[in-house]
Amino acid sequence: MQSAISLSLSSPSPVARFAVNNANNVCNLGTPRSLRFCGLRREAFDSSASFDASSLRSARFNLHSKHSNLSKVFAELKGNGTPSSSGFDYDLVIIGAGVGGHGAALHAIEKGLKTAIIEGDVVGGTCVNRGCVPSKALLAVSGRMRELQNEHHMKSFGLQVAAAGYDRQGVADHANNLASKIRSNLTNSMKALGVDILTGSGTILGPQKLKYGKGDSGDKIVTAKDIIIATGSVPLVPKGIEVDGNSVITSDHALKLEFVPEWIAIVGSGYIGLEFSDVYTALGSEVTFIEALDQLMPGFDPEIGKLAQRVLINPRKIDSHTGVFASKITPAKDGKPVQIELIDAKTKEPKDTLEVDAALIATGRAPFTQGLGLENINVQTQRGFVPVDERMRVIDGNGKLVPHLYCIGDANGKMMLAHAASAQGISVVEQLSGHDHVLNHLSIPAACFTHPEISMVGLTEPQAREKAEKEGFEVSIAKTSFKANTKALAENEGEGLAKLIYRPDNGEILGVHIFGLHAADLIHEASNAIAMGTRIQDIKFAVHAHPTLSEVLDELFKSAKVKVSASSKVAEPVRV
Amino acid sequence: MSHSHLLHTSFIPTAPPSLRRRLGGSAPTPRPHQIQSKIREIFMPALSSTMTEGKIVSWIKSEGDKLAKGESVVVVESDKADMDVESFYDGYLAAIFVDEGLSAAVGSTIALLAESEDEIALAQSQKTSSSGAVSAPPANNNDAPKVLDEMPSPVATAATPAVQASVGILGSSAHPASEGGKRVVASPYAKKLAKELGVDLRGVVGSGPNGRVVAKDVEAAVAAVKVSSGGATVVASEPAKPSGVELGSVVPFTTMQSAVSRNMLESLAVPTFRVGYTITTDALDALYKKNMKSVEQDIILQLLYPMSLDREMLFAPFFKLRLFNQSYYLQNSFQIKSKGVTMTALLAKATALALVKHPAVNSSCRDGKSFTYNSHINVAVAVAIDGGLITPVLQDADKIDIYSLSRKWKELVDKARAKQLQPNEYTTGTFTLSNLGMFGVDRFDAILPPGTGAIMAVGASQPTVVGTKDGRIGMKTQMQVNVTADHRVIYGADLAAFLQTLAKIIEDPKDLTL
Repeated sequence: MQSAISLSLSSPSPVARFAVNNANNVCNLGTPRSLRFCGLRREAFDSSASFDASSLRSARFNLHSKHSNLSKVFAELKGNGTPSSSGFDYDLVIIGAGVGGHGAALHAIEKGLKTAIIEGDVVGGTCVNRGCVPSKALLAVSGRMRELQNEHHMKSFGLQVAAAGYDRQGVADHANNLASKIRSNLTNSMKALGVDILTGSGTILGPQKLKYGKGDSGDKIVTAKDIIIATGSVPLVPKGIEVDGNSVITSDHALKLEFVPEWIAIVGSGYIGLEFSDVYTALGSEVTFIEALDQLMPGFDPEIGKLAQRVLINPRKIDSHTGVFASKITPAKDGKPVQIELIDAKTKEPKDTLEVDAALIATGRAPFTQGLGLENINVQTQRGFVPVDERMRVIDGNGKLVPHLYCIGDANGKMMLAHAASAQGISVVEQLSGHDHVLNHLSIPAACFTHPEISMVGLTEPQAREKAEKEGFEVSIAKTSFKANTKALAENEGEGLAKLIYRPDNGEILGVHIFGLHAADLIHEASNAIAMGTRIQDIKFAVHAHPTLSEVLDELFKSAKVKVSASSKVAEPVRV
Repeated sequence: MSHSHLLHTSFIPTAPPSLRRRLGGSAPTPRPHQIQSKIREIFMPALSSTMTEGKIVSWIKSEGDKLAKGESVVVVESDKADMDVESFYDGYLAAIFVDEGLSAAVGSTIALLAESEDEIALAQSQKTSSSGAVSAPPANNNDAPKVLDEMPSPVATAATPAVQASVGILGSSAHPASEGGKRVVASPYAKKLAKELGVDLRGVVGSGPNGRVVAKDVEAAVAAVKVSSGGATVVASEPAKPSGVELGSVVPFTTMQSAVSRNMLESLAVPTFRVGYTITTDALDALYKKNMKSVEQDIILQLLYPMSLDREMLFAPFFKLRLFNQSYYLQNSFQIKSKGVTMTALLAKATALALVKHPAVNSSCRDGKSFTYNSHINVAVAVAIDGGLITPVLQDADKIDIYSLSRKWKELVDKARAKQLQPNEYTTGTFTLSNLGMFGVDRFDAILPPGTGAIMAVGASQPTVVGTKDGRIGMKTQMQVNVTADHRVIYGADLAAFLQTLAKIIEDPKDLTL
């Protein structure tokens, strides 16, 4: 009966999964390259659909699932490739089921590895539960609020809108519901493919050996040919700051949106701080930024940062203190507001005291690597991060590679972004399946989902100039404005800039930075070009639909002055 | 509608473009820099005669960039328009004192220009030595009011005594962190608002949590000042938006509205008087009908009430697109018929011809000691644009033919709406017209714009029963005009004679179309 149900599903998704599970045995079915995405895209299906598919598989592959001492709950779901050939319980065990672990697990299944993932908290990790995902829900609300509140903007469309208001609980529910939905999607996609989900926290006991559980006698020991650490990070709370979860909070609490303070101080003006300032100001709060560096928005290309500041900070109900540390933050109690003591970042002298309704600590994230048992294999963390080489192989205290141990994502600190973790995981699995692979981190885009958005890939202008100086090449800059884009103007969103940093001698793209409407979606043309090594002289002939925002990049590439002409590939005639 | 007769432009007919880079002069800002021979200061230029401070929209050049004479360095937003400011010298932009988004008083140093690259470092050391006094960003909340103190805004100066007086009565904020009133605890928006409105936060009583100063306290402080500095004018300058105003809310002035407010207060120092006259317009109306195209009324309505016309609003984005693409469509759809004569142009022409014969009425009093007889007759016409008003100027209205004048008027109005009027297109008026006739207003009284001698308020021309000379009762179309003038330079007899001439011209308008 179950198989009947799954056959009635007309979507290609179960078929794809079916194919993958067969791949190890029935080679000619081939493996869809996009398998990982099939899994992720399964949002349209509810859990029953995936259950059908898994049952179907477990029925077919029961012969292979003869492993002992595995979690009873998932025993019936095994069928996770062929048994580990080398006498291990698994080919691959991943510690941590965030986006990085999930990406690695799915790719491992595609490669036919018998895979388990250990999750100590909730599937999805920070991104899905306490990071990118719920924050996008809040930002979606703030974007709409902004639009509706901008009378001038509405009037210029000829629209009339009565005063916009919001229901805090409704907004909070939206964020929470989105997180649950994405979490169940991730869980289902892994279950459906046959990744064993082991519950508890994982500890490495020695080479290729670990245990998982609640840390008591009930812990179970598993062996694995290879292990990936993907334990992620937690909000970093500097010394002297007392987080009470009510008036002094981190992003973990803020995303629950339990209250909207009249005045909130945000410590740190990076991505997280900036996004929350967008949310809070849209919901009516006033914001004070506290930034240790001398200018707001460090880390962004200076030119983009300057423009973004003009649009995202100056006109809003935001002020800032730069070049200062919040040396002490005391939560509100006994009718007293939150007290923030500021000291000069350089001289350490007391500078000011702020009294606000709430403080959000957005000073960055600290790796979550405690209790991993790294001491058992002589690995010393650096400021909590697990040291790795460019192939994510863990380096021990003597500077030697630890065989069969990898670390991806926030825990290695190379690039603390969800999609970077996933890319690193895939890179590791590629290596495990015999293909050497080194991830080009410069091709990984980043985005900040303010209104409008900021996105970037590759080097900033100062970084590029420094590199050029060292390596002796020339750097050129091209810029286009959203003001020149028809679609942006039709949306009354002409504010924005795209900036291309490139080598005029060979057309190599060194970096692209975008500030403007849907910048986060626009960056991928540039990041793909960097990843594929596409040069400007070639990509400039690619055609963009008119009128679309993508023409901003089209113009950007076309305005670059490259001294070499297109390579012949582009010129190949294609009959139409 | 009451705001329409208020004008905020003071006209300096001879105001040369060189004002844009006036060195020092009347600006009261302290100049803390020792000027080295080869390091030049770049000052906040006066883009209009009413401009007291300007906001830096963006720096086109960055510190260290090479500049050629005539190259644009910075974009400045004045009370009326955004303007590129050019360098008058070759050199290097050495140090920027006022960052983007911040304001500085006219005449204050906003940057340093070094002649050679070697001097950049020297200039930058000047910058650090004379730290943020001029450009202090609002990083330190206590600095904000200090910066404002330097700005000669009449609102600010009026505000200080009034608000501080209230401090004594109400006591300072009870904020525990205010250290007995020494520290200001104000929310970010309150600080921003205080800076914009020129309110000294130290004197504002906070009503927020723990006595914190919040936005509405700043607004209340401003309202208190308004009342104490003479209710009549202030009430009159309230923006009267026809729709979309949230009742019960307090909306801060825009830059333009602040300029209006400032000028209205300034006008109180001028001894004005008023003379009215009734003019028969049958002949003028006939002439108008002969030449008119229906576009005129439509344009005036749109200008006065752009927000109320949905059609206008709906099409606004398309207009922008078209403007951008410079499509031929633009030219076609906005082209004024070559023969199209507008009532505004006819009135301006008639006034200019009358002024030719009465130069005293075209004069002004600049210093309280002398007459300034203007060599040109430039008729400014008040136009309401969303949320404010501006006075585009028909220059040499006496010399230009009525058809060219009509076209010129249309062009000025379009530019005014796009906020692209150049200073010489709105600051050079010598005589002002304000017309509310199209709304059926039969008479009203205008406030004299500072720097000019007279303004004429024009009412509606309407059919009136009159006694004619031969003792019969007849029907004539008549309108009332009412001139407000500065009695230091224009006397009652001057105005009477001028109005008589004007009436003659309008009643026998054949000269207008010559």
